[in-house]
Amino acid sequence: MTMINQLANPTRFMALSGRLLPWIAGLGAVGLVIGFYGAWFSAPADYQQGETIRIMYVHVPAAWLAMAFYTVMTISAVGALVWRHPLAEVAQKAAAPIGACFALVCLITGALWGRPMWGTYWVWDARLTSMLVLLLIYLAIIALWRTIDEPTQAGRAVSILTLVGSVNIPIIKFSVDWWNTLHQPASVFRMDGPTIHPSMLWPLLICAIGFSLLAVALHLVAMRTEIMRRRIRTLTILAADRADRTAGMAGYGSAAE
Amino acid sequence: MSGFLALVRRDLALSLRIGGGASFALVFFLMIVTLTPFAIGPDLNLLARIAPAILWIGAVLATLIGLDRLFQADAEDGTLDLLKAGRLPLEGIVLAKCLAHWLTTGLPLALAAPLFGLLLAMEPAGMAAAALSLLVGTPALTFIGAVGAALTAGIRRGGVLIAIMALPLMIPVLIFGVAACNAAVGGTIPFATPLAILGALTLIFAVIGVIGAAAGLRQVD
Repeated sequence: MTMINQLANPTRFMALSGRLLPWIAGLGAVGLVIGFYGAWFSAPADYQQGETIRIMYVHVPAAWLAMAFYTVMTISAVGALVWRHPLAEVAQKAAAPIGACFALVCLITGALWGRPMWGTYWVWDARLTSMLVLLLIYLAIIALWRTIDEPTQAGRAVSILTLVGSVNIPIIKFSVDWWNTLHQPASVFRMDGPTIHPSMLWPLLICAIGFSLLAVALHLVAMRTEIMRRRIRTLTILAADRADRTAGMAGYGSAAE
Repeated sequence: MSGFLALVRRDLALSLRIGGGASFALVFFLMIVTLTPFAIGPDLNLLARIAPAILWIGAVLATLIGLDRLFQADAEDGTLDLLKAGRLPLEGIVLAKCLAHWLTTGLPLALAAPLFGLLLAMEPAGMAAAALSLLVGTPALTFIGAVGAALTAGIRRGGVLIAIMALPLMIPVLIFGVAACNAAVGGTIPFATPLAILGALTLIFAVIGVIGAAAGLRQVD
């Protein structure tokens, strides 16, 4: 806890994240190069799905990260509401667009994968639908961020929405599963099964690690940008205030003359 | 308790008298029911099949009416500050306002559903099921919307934002509401199952919505 408290100091966070960022981004790039090499050249094509299985190496990590970033946002929301850490607010704000992007990547790659496999870009499958709803919730959170202009007030409001959403996501998941079994479509499509061959698993895991590091790097950059944006905002307000006061004094002076 | 009832009575009076717009939701509901056949054609068999969906979509959208002013009007003229200073906890205030909103929105919709079901060629069993499912399910919609209303109480252009925030969270209610209607007119599952889940959703959202909306109102200066 003391470590978190020390890191929660924005100045210290800026120094530390600035030092760590090149390493995380570099490691992520290396991981993605190795992972994509494995996905493209070393992993075999699937005996049923052929070469399209290679979409999986982007699709699955994107799905994981879309959910992981909502978890990041939920934890940050608790930090922002309970401990009022400004950094938690910043972390939460920075996480929303990244999570939304991964949800979108997951949906788009899923559609591209679905076209050759299922014969259609979109089916109202339970997992697709849940991911779409997750994207909608991300978009709602971003919309709320963009509507309230005072950062602290926006942070609290978004934190509440994030927590309400996090309670709802399991309920939505359950409802959508239930709805899907009720309206089971005629065509049956399944993944290959629960087991995945090791020759496919290791590129997938390396891709997932690479994407995660990339996501962490993006998150850190976004947090640093947000901290700097808030500093600029405060400085601008102070400068305007000062200019206002000098102008006011000048006004009084001229009136007195 | 007397403060609670007084607040419910005040909100009811405000919405029922001139300028309140208590009937807007019902008229809007009727509009949606009327527009749908124009969009998909006057085929009564098709309409009867999708009638529960039309009624529930209509109810979800009609619930949004009035939500943007649920707390905003009180936040603007200072009533909210007075209420906050009173003895009734903020959660109680939210509950009272949600109750008043439901009495003027969800309840009329549920009562009118059988009548509107006639326009959509629903079977009598289907109409009763639609009315019952709306009666059980619409409070959940109000409670979900209350969170959005509380979060945007201090914002001038909150209306569309409430819809964007609340609609994804209303999906479970919509699913089980339509499922209950469909189960009543035949199907593999008994009517009671989705209805019971709908009731559970209303109870869950009564807790989440009231606590969430009260937390949201505390952020409003």
